[in-house]
Amino acid sequence: MISLKVNGVQREVEAEADMPLLWALRDVLQLTGTKYGCGIAQCGACTVHLNGQPVRSCSIPVAAAAGAEITTIEGLAKGDELHPVQKAWIELDVVQCGYCQSGQIMSAVALLETNDNPTDGDIDNAMNGNICRCGTYPRIRAAIKRAAQIKRGDAAA
Amino acid sequence: MSADGRSVATNRRQFLIGVGLVTGGAAAGLALRPTLVGGQMLAGSGAGFQPHAFVRIGSDDSITIIIGKSEMGQGVYTGLPTILAEELDVNPQRVRVEIAGVDPAFNHPFMPAQFTGGSMSVMTTYDALRRVGAHARRALLEAAAAEWSVDVGSLSSNDGLITDQQGRSLRYGALAEAAANRSLPSSDAVTLKDPRDFKYIGKPQRRLDNLVKVTGQAEFGIDVVRPGMLTAVIARPPAFGAQLRKVDDKAARKIKGVVDVQTIPSGVAVIANNTWSALRGRDALLLDWDLGAAADLSSDKLREQWRALAQRPGLVGKNVGDVAAALNSAARKIDVEYELPYLAHACMEPLNAVAEVVGDRCELWLGTQSQSQDARFVAAALQIDPSKVRINTCFLGGGFGRRASADSDFAIEAALVAKRMGKPIKVVWTREDDNRGGYYRPMSINRIRAAIGSDGMPSAFQHVTVSKPVLANTAMGKMAVSKEGLDPSTIEGSADMPYAMPNLRVEVHNTTEAVPILWWRSVGHSITAFTTESTIDELAALAGRDPYQYRRELLKEKPQHLAVLDRAALEAGWGKPLPAGRHRGIALHESFGSIVAQVAEVSIVAGEVQVHRVTCAVDCGLAINPDQVAAQMESGIIYGLSAALTGEINIERGGAVEGNFDTYPVTRIAESPAIDVHIVNSGGPIGGIGEPGTPPIAPAICNALYAATGQRIRRLPIVKYLKT
Repeated sequence: MISLKVNGVQREVEAEADMPLLWALRDVLQLTGTKYGCGIAQCGACTVHLNGQPVRSCSIPVAAAAGAEITTIEGLAKGDELHPVQKAWIELDVVQCGYCQSGQIMSAVALLETNDNPTDGDIDNAMNGNICRCGTYPRIRAAIKRAAQIKRGDAAA
Repeated sequence: MSADGRSVATNRRQFLIGVGLVTGGAAAGLALRPTLVGGQMLAGSGAGFQPHAFVRIGSDDSITIIIGKSEMGQGVYTGLPTILAEELDVNPQRVRVEIAGVDPAFNHPFMPAQFTGGSMSVMTTYDALRRVGAHARRALLEAAAAEWSVDVGSLSSNDGLITDQQGRSLRYGALAEAAANRSLPSSDAVTLKDPRDFKYIGKPQRRLDNLVKVTGQAEFGIDVVRPGMLTAVIARPPAFGAQLRKVDDKAARKIKGVVDVQTIPSGVAVIANNTWSALRGRDALLLDWDLGAAADLSSDKLREQWRALAQRPGLVGKNVGDVAAALNSAARKIDVEYELPYLAHACMEPLNAVAEVVGDRCELWLGTQSQSQDARFVAAALQIDPSKVRINTCFLGGGFGRRASADSDFAIEAALVAKRMGKPIKVVWTREDDNRGGYYRPMSINRIRAAIGSDGMPSAFQHVTVSKPVLANTAMGKMAVSKEGLDPSTIEGSADMPYAMPNLRVEVHNTTEAVPILWWRSVGHSITAFTTESTIDELAALAGRDPYQYRRELLKEKPQHLAVLDRAALEAGWGKPLPAGRHRGIALHESFGSIVAQVAEVSIVAGEVQVHRVTCAVDCGLAINPDQVAAQMESGIIYGLSAALTGEINIERGGAVEGNFDTYPVTRIAESPAIDVHIVNSGGPIGGIGEPGTPPIAPAICNALYAATGQRIRRLPIVKYLKT
């Protein structure tokens, strides 16, 4: 048994120590919002936060995540209150097929934690590990800037 | 109610097709599926007034619109409900979208099958959805008229509220029971809105699937969990057509979590309690494969054979004038070869399927574009009646054609494993399985001879194309391919190019290599746009003319095309100075009923191609949701950009080399250009939007690179063949 704290809840996970966190989340805890896309940390669809840092859960053994604060897409909204990044994503109609968007959003949230007014260059750097085959990149750039606005507004309010 | 001159009566036959089949659907007991409500998934609700398969008005005033097309990102769960909601007169933002079961009511109008593809969802359902919405509204109006004993003509509606002239009003929900207890209005009584009165169609409409997709709640096929379900991964042949000689699964069976190992036609399935155990079990298999003839199959060998083939006359797909004579007499001409590689679709969600077989019944959960065919093929594989196969459609994590499988490969294998195991089974494809699994855009070798006359304008265009035909290798082959073997998808976009061409000849060599091929976003058009638009650019250069003005002259008789071309050039600032090192290229292509022109702005910095900006103009007729038309253009451009810059599947020893995004790189955000989309509506019929954005981008970029370097790129991908 491996003890994981996911979205603020302590969970006991029966899994091999070397099982990637991705499969522990998806197959064992049935938190399927985190996606499998490549398995080799190339596409970012599996991005979650480990102690606030964005990581590729496909390439982290579940044992290495024990004791850390894990946040997945399911834990981003506070009740019915969406995260500013989620709000901006809706406002700008970013999603298409939607499969990569959990990972995109987790990466964007992490970016805005350290940079409240990112430039296109900052966004490209932070988001370059997240592939989208529907080509939502132009809207992702715009939505991150919009989310930064919402977030700054929230902070001021 | 104003009519646009087309009362339903004049279209009675079509109307009855819609409503008639629906009755069949209702009788067949359409399954209740999870429903998107205000963007959230809730259990479907069955109560209320359901005049046909497409809409249900609940006594609780809920409006549920049932959609039989698959949502793969292209926006059908927003666009199609908007059309129906417009005539029903409710705000689409408050409708529920229910994912339909498989039922003839949702069949494609061109074929007896439920199918999503060919960029046809809006154009083929627009009229029917309007009529269905108007019919349901009429039924509610008649119920209100009876309630108040007034003339139905004296009533009006607005966003689900019916009002009479005395100011009385009732919500649709309050009338649902009364409407359900009355006979349906005659179709003669139903008139459609004057498009000038549209409240929702033609205006930006927020996607109805936003909320489930930004919160991780949207259920894709790979997310489905069934009680007692096991997960399987399959060790697949290392080469197309390889045969399994021997399986040693002793070590695999010892891996913790592995439940069983089963050999099925597509490979050796390792079945486990979870994906990780299945993957580790698969790694532990010792398999002996006989590559057979596949050992000799490679892209290089095919290229060698096909280049020779391209020198010989082929099956004639188009012949106007006398190309040979025109070429012979021409003083200025080109004789060049264009080549495009195999391409994987690389949907973000790798292929997968969930199946459950109980007795003579099979239930599947699929992200599929082709429900009816999947049901038929699964039934054949299990030797059961197709009516015993039930398919639940999930969200598709990308489709691009791959999820309209030619032989339902991913559905069948899950059903076979489920039958063997007697338990629900999820088959997960790894990225490598998916990328190396075939069903690619065909590799294509093209010899093009073209000439210009003394006026500089084209006098001859001869295109000999060599590739494996797409439609011929699908269930549509029988219907689409001529008895001589001419597959229209091979010559689409070339034989019917919009440019004035006095002598035009298109010839085809159909190949039969073992590599499975399939429709890949825009089918033949991403190939023919590259060959045609590059060649036109070559001819403009040969004539010493500006490539935009040259196209203008060739489109003199095509005002719709000209308008699109002009708009793209205008918005891109064609002819205006650019920052040092930046260059523009232009291309135009018509596909799926829409015309798209793109101007790409590129530079080469330290040997790296950068596409800075793409200006896109599109004429798709009426844009139901202009914002989603823009989104699909952005999508098609970036999908085509990946293909143009880096996309390449190479075959060696019968199998695909590139397995994952490290060796099959796709466009990332840092390489993604700024894109601006301009909609030109010439008033023509509605065209498609999911695919037409893709074809022009490769030639637009290559034409810009020619402007930058004087180098003509005749082989893709660019990063490999541009000399810097």
